[in-house]
Amino acid sequence: MKYQDEYRDPVAAQNLLRAIHNTISQPWTIMEVCGGQTHSIVRYGIDQLLPPEIELVHGPGCPVCVTPLELIDKAVDIASRPDVTFCSFGDMLRVPGSRSDLLAVKANGGDVRIIYSPLDCLKIAARNPARTVVFFAVGFETTAPANAMALWQAKRRGLDNFAVLVSHVLVPPAMTAVLQSPNNRVQGFLGAGHVCSVMGCQEYRDLARQFHVPIVVTGFEPLDLLEGIYRCVRMLENHEIGVENQYARAVPTIGNPASQKLLQEVFEVTDRMWRGIGTIPRSGYRLSAMYADFDAEQRFSLARIDTSESSQCISGAILQGGKKPYDCPIFGTACTPASPQGATMVSSEGACAAYYNYRRRLSPSNAELSNRQVQQT
Amino acid sequence: MIATPMDFDELSCPLPNTLADHIQLGHGSGGKLTNDLIKQLFLPAFDNNLLSALEDQATIQLNRWTESKSSSPFDAARLAFTTDSFVVRPLFFPGGDIGQLAVHGTVNDLAVGGAEPKFLSAAFILEEGLPLTDLARIVISMKTACEAAGVQMVTGDTKVVDRGKGDGVFITTSGIGIVPAGRSLSIRHVQPGDCILVSGTVGDHGMSIMSVREGLEFTTVLKSDNASLNSLTRAMLAACPGIHWMRDPTRGGVAAVLNELVSAVNLGVKIEETALPVRPEVRAACEMLGMDPLYVANEGKLIAVVPPDQTDRLLNTMREHPLGANAAILGEVTTDHPGIVVMKSVIGGERIVTMPAGEQLPRIC
Repeated sequence: MKYQDEYRDPVAAQNLLRAIHNTISQPWTIMEVCGGQTHSIVRYGIDQLLPPEIELVHGPGCPVCVTPLELIDKAVDIASRPDVTFCSFGDMLRVPGSRSDLLAVKANGGDVRIIYSPLDCLKIAARNPARTVVFFAVGFETTAPANAMALWQAKRRGLDNFAVLVSHVLVPPAMTAVLQSPNNRVQGFLGAGHVCSVMGCQEYRDLARQFHVPIVVTGFEPLDLLEGIYRCVRMLENHEIGVENQYARAVPTIGNPASQKLLQEVFEVTDRMWRGIGTIPRSGYRLSAMYADFDAEQRFSLARIDTSESSQCISGAILQGGKKPYDCPIFGTACTPASPQGATMVSSEGACAAYYNYRRRLSPSNAELSNRQVQQT
Repeated sequence: MIATPMDFDELSCPLPNTLADHIQLGHGSGGKLTNDLIKQLFLPAFDNNLLSALEDQATIQLNRWTESKSSSPFDAARLAFTTDSFVVRPLFFPGGDIGQLAVHGTVNDLAVGGAEPKFLSAAFILEEGLPLTDLARIVISMKTACEAAGVQMVTGDTKVVDRGKGDGVFITTSGIGIVPAGRSLSIRHVQPGDCILVSGTVGDHGMSIMSVREGLEFTTVLKSDNASLNSLTRAMLAACPGIHWMRDPTRGGVAAVLNELVSAVNLGVKIEETALPVRPEVRAACEMLGMDPLYVANEGKLIAVVPPDQTDRLLNTMREHPLGANAAILGEVTTDHPGIVVMKSVIGGERIVTMPAGEQLPRIC
């Protein structure tokens, strides 16, 4: 298939693996920022094929994982109201809130719908003027433009019965938080290709300069990831900092100016709470003053929500590359996709779900074995 | 207040809510939730050996209830009995409709047990307001499917529910077939070293339904693969009577069938991603929605497990049949990693293939 098969070619993969093996001379820790990349790495067993010197750690780039519990509780509260049609992408429906989740709300009679495009919400709102249609606007810079377009169209069309529950977060501030952490081990990044296709590479250049790290903007197919890892290792070995763009077929350096303009009109940058990480300054979007009327949090009076946290789940550490799913004492036992103890297990892009689904009880990767040996000695 | 990011050791995340006091969509997905429902509720309630075999059909040894003096369970023909319900939406989709599915699904549940399907029953639950022309289309479709499969619809039932209480039409079909003397297919016959064959491209039905689902419509040439497999299984069993086990990978797809296998016999399964036949358009649609063809439903495919020395003969026989033209050897049964299905990826890494937890849900990005 065009743009797919050529990025899954076994011979090309072997060539890249050989190049990585030939380039590396010492251990390196590289973070893939995006959950989609984690998913591909584990799904194709890429980490098993790498030299033991490379440790891949998983980043905060899973939008479902980092959506605060409090916001999920708010979504459950709004979705439970009899006059509301609550729309969401599929993978948010299974995320457990403090007391319930959206699938349970649906099973209990709530009008909860899986949509595939935020613009579908507008069709539902137009057809059902007596109901309030609320969209759970979750995601990084990747999904924000389509959500902004839904708001822009709703305003133009005067769809007053449409509202959004906003939980948009931005990647570069999260990378900054990882690098500023006293426990940081990350020496190089695979940047999230889809995010850069919208926002471009400039923010990453600033980040690379400030923290003296190499960043390779990388795609999601096996060969994308292998090439991204190869380039990152090459930069690390050569003590280079800066940004390389492996995903040039989708990422222009300046990103997508039309999307950026729309985002500027509909949203404004704000501090955001990241589940498991804490509040990161200027790391998310809220609705701009022009679109404040569409804010579901303002439109519904929501009772104060107290969230409870587990002392066992280590999702936060995993999201910052500090720990691996295998390090968790309840991984695969008390915590599984059928009974997730934290969002990194419930989201299909979460690192724990990826390990559980693709790697549980298989041999750990070379890098993990190597690390264990290092820790034992 | 703005906090700095926390130290790793202080991090935690919330306890889940695993509310199970209401039926959710995932309980019908053919995956783990369905399995739990069967094992925790239905099996204990109806406890008997025929049900607990958990095959697609119950195979009933008639001489236990007759005066036959036979000592062997397999030297007389046996009765195969199965039932299945169909709740597909939309009722008409590329390549078929709910009526065809209702016939094919029940015929296939009998056929993969080695039975010759003979008689069907159909129960229709109709929603008030359903256009009669739609029902007529569905019934004609069932008639045609019955004729093609060589089965007779011999009894049935009709009920109507209030508008809004159904989805147009729900159909439940039950079927009876005959397993010839000397034939026995069972998951318990599966041995290490056995080869696993698939009869053709996977995911065609599930993705063709997705392509016409409200809110998701995408243009594709893809059609459902729904078909009665009894002529294929007849040819397969004639050529290779030693087939150990067969199953049609409907809800939950190939992944669910292979996981049922490894959990029933405490063996492992190893398959090759490159061997899995998937149409490019199915692969493209799956990529778009963040789904995996291994988990997508089929309605005209089967998985067969066969001793290695009969594999080539079986593969050739399958490929000579129109419904098995794209048959392939998917992998083998192993003693390594019992209870786990492992897939070697296109680039040589390995991953496990788990039982689907519930419905596959499209990803955010």
